[in-house]
Amino acid sequence: MQKYSRILFHVYMGAFLIYLLLPLLVMGGAAFNDSKLPTIIPWKGFTDQWFIAMWNDNRIWIALRNTVLVAIAVVIIAVPVGTAGAILVNSINGRVRSILYGMMVAPILVPGVVIGISTLLFWNQFSVGSGLHLSVLGQVSYIASFVMLLVLARLQSFDQGLEEAALDLGATHAQVMRRILLPHLYPALGAGAAISFFQSIENFNVTLFTRGGADTLTVYVFSKVRSGITPTINALALLLILFTLGIAIWYEVSRRRRARIEAAREAEGRRAEDAELA
Amino acid sequence: MDDLLRRYGRGLTWGFVGLTFFWLVILVILPDFKLLESSFRPYLPVVDVGGPKDTYSINNYLRIFGGEVPMSIFGFEVLISPRVKVLLYTLWYSGVVTLVTFLLAYPLAYYLAKIVSPKSLPTLFLLLFVPLWVSEVLRSFAWWIILALKGPLNAVLIALGIIDTEIRWISGYSPVIIGLVYTYVLFMVFPLYNAMQSLDSNQIEAADDLGAPWWRIHWRVILPHSKPGIASGAVMVFMLSAGSLLVPAIMGSTTSGWFTQTIQGIMLEEQDWNTGAAFAFMLLTICTLVVTLAMWVFKVKLSDIAK
Amino acid sequence: MSAGIDLDNVCCDFGSFRAVDHVNVSIQPGEFFSFLGPSGCGKTTILRMISGFTEPTEGVIRIGGKDQRGQRPNQRPTALIFQNLALFPLMPIWENIAFGLEVRGVDKATRRKRAEELLALVDLHDSADKMVSQLSGGQKQRVAIARALAVEPAVMLLDEPLSALDLKLRQHMRAELRAIQKRTGVTFIYITHDQGEALAMSDRVGVMSQGRLQQVANPRDIYNNPVNGFVASFVGENNILGGDVQNRAEGMASIATPIGTFRARLADAAEGKLKLYVRPEHMVLQAAPGAENSVPVTLTEVAFEGNFVSVHAVTTNGTTLVAELRNDGSTPIPASGAQMHMAFDARHSSILPDSANAGA
Repeated sequence: MQKYSRILFHVYMGAFLIYLLLPLLVMGGAAFNDSKLPTIIPWKGFTDQWFIAMWNDNRIWIALRNTVLVAIAVVIIAVPVGTAGAILVNSINGRVRSILYGMMVAPILVPGVVIGISTLLFWNQFSVGSGLHLSVLGQVSYIASFVMLLVLARLQSFDQGLEEAALDLGATHAQVMRRILLPHLYPALGAGAAISFFQSIENFNVTLFTRGGADTLTVYVFSKVRSGITPTINALALLLILFTLGIAIWYEVSRRRRARIEAAREAEGRRAEDAELA
Repeated sequence: MDDLLRRYGRGLTWGFVGLTFFWLVILVILPDFKLLESSFRPYLPVVDVGGPKDTYSINNYLRIFGGEVPMSIFGFEVLISPRVKVLLYTLWYSGVVTLVTFLLAYPLAYYLAKIVSPKSLPTLFLLLFVPLWVSEVLRSFAWWIILALKGPLNAVLIALGIIDTEIRWISGYSPVIIGLVYTYVLFMVFPLYNAMQSLDSNQIEAADDLGAPWWRIHWRVILPHSKPGIASGAVMVFMLSAGSLLVPAIMGSTTSGWFTQTIQGIMLEEQDWNTGAAFAFMLLTICTLVVTLAMWVFKVKLSDIAK
Repeated sequence: MSAGIDLDNVCCDFGSFRAVDHVNVSIQPGEFFSFLGPSGCGKTTILRMISGFTEPTEGVIRIGGKDQRGQRPNQRPTALIFQNLALFPLMPIWENIAFGLEVRGVDKATRRKRAEELLALVDLHDSADKMVSQLSGGQKQRVAIARALAVEPAVMLLDEPLSALDLKLRQHMRAELRAIQKRTGVTFIYITHDQGEALAMSDRVGVMSQGRLQQVANPRDIYNNPVNGFVASFVGENNILGGDVQNRAEGMASIATPIGTFRARLADAAEGKLKLYVRPEHMVLQAAPGAENSVPVTLTEVAFEGNFVSVHAVTTNGTTLVAELRNDGSTPIPASGAQMHMAFDARHSSILPDSANAGA
């Protein structure tokens, strides 16, 4: 019975992975189908024309440039802001801490529609018109929350004694920050930057209300899905998926390599320990 | 504050405070106040703004009423305004999506936390994360292709002899639910996994040893322990579903309206930002109310979720 | 360059809790000074006040005669060795050691050279480019010492740095610490709850309890001439007997206890509730009663411990006394159940006040 249920669970896991990944394969496959509509059925033969069409589509390139610029701006603002918030929350206690923490986490749950409209209205009263700059500010308001959570988790494993040790050795606060705290936070900052970048790329709700007339990739794809679609979108989608997947795999591989190096060092430390006690 | 100053010195501390102030006050709180304030003001031509007609009222909120369409609520036929109907459907189907994601995620989270060997976990997580890296619009688009009238799903079902003629999947709310479940199911898996992982496996074995059948072990041991994870997953999925605009817009049809689409119409087609603000605020408060109510019914505290 | 330290009426409060209560002590330049006491006695707070992480609520701390009020940790001529060592895990060993020089703007080649010199000083060659996790506990210990020495501090502050080590290694590191201190001539202030450590390494020991400094003296006097019951009990075992004190004269007195009247040393100033303290190793067993300070007993337990024999005995009214006899072959090892007399020399026993803080 035990074994039977284990097999059932394995099957379920497999089915779930198929459920998650098959749609993406179908979408990617349609990029190579020589059919005017994005589908894999009926299969009318292999073609690369949709990639060429995509290459020649000027709007895609503009949208891509806009998307990347917005994402970079979001990373540049959200990472320091979220990190500052995490450090602040981490070094205070009591009620103020829980209130501040709540305020920092809440934007994740607020519907993007609300963030988009409120950002638009707020800046409009200062005669700041809509456009991608507002999209950046709107996106930062909730993406900084992700950075904050990542950095806070990393801070929890930080030994405050290291800061004191550095101060005691004569370091200034800025030197402690640069040489001790930031190096400890680098993994979280890197992950935060990556999440900020990808969250920004895929953002739709906030961007839709704040963008003015400018296109981002998500908005462009959306408008294409609604009005006369060709498999160009599938070609674009496939490239985007491969790009993000490549980064994810590279990240995982380097993480495992670092873990291996660290494990080898610790094993050496244990051997030294044994030698000392022998 | 003393602790901060001692740890980071004056300059850095003010830097942290300044950045956090910029984030929470300039980017979050003040815009939300502006949203609230605008929602009570009328939509006027520019020349009249600040003039005698620019007075506070709840008229924008009242615009949700108006017009009557039939709707059946728990078997009762009632006449109701189309916008209220859309709002009720949005809340109801967001709840359905939350329930479905929970049912799908629970066995998976249990499998990841307690059954699979820890060695294969990183690989499994990498695979599970793949869809999260793909944008929402593309994930909805993928299902739009699959569910198309001449799409692969119908083709497979016909080939298997399960159906004779193609089914029009894209109609009513079902494709929206399919899309939302697919998009947000992982937001249920990870909190559930985190909660279950912290459960001592010995407790399960002890219950097993005492002769409890598997369903009772889940009902009495694992489920109660997972409550904070269920709560945070459910809150995430519900809020994301109710606030989603992409999925209903791509997967929906004329027979399925989502409240975010109503807001979008008012904002971008009617260009009535004040009513848009009122409806956006309404969406936020009503969702928060529903979540609070659900947490009260299931006796979950906010502090459990914050973990 | 080493400096002396003066604590002048230093108090430290945390809310309504007084962690350090009017501590006065002068530590000499080049001295190895230990603060000894149970956890929560305020010794770590004293260390944090000297290093500047905590400000005294009252009183003044002077290092080399200079008032340290308002001086931040990075401005004080002290180097602290943390209980968990606090080595920087993301830097190689040599950068750890040279960190203090780095933040002072010393160029890289000089830093590297200095780091290697210090590694040689603490007997750790060829480890400059390793990471912290590659070292053993004892090696990490040495790196921490080298890192603190690199900034050429006038005062080294050590917060129970040996507590994480294995027992055998701990004994070895005691000698090494003492040797490094002698070699460098830097003032060492050492915090510990282990009386063996404090007595073995220090020039002088300050025993603390409940925020108060109970006694400051060299290790021998701390052990042999404790000023109160707390010090006597904290640094070793005792037979303790309460009673009425009579015939005080010339530093001696009699005390009438339930098992007899004994003579013992008594400080002239001693007041309050007084008790007799006799260390087990000062107890002797003899067949016949002695002239003074002797009591008939029945041996209940004789435990052979190798270098000594531990004997438990009861008096006629049921009071338990403990003696430790050297296993030097001069006397036969008695048998359990034997009827004998337990005696002690008046010069090796003291009548001490309880001290209000005793038993903390």
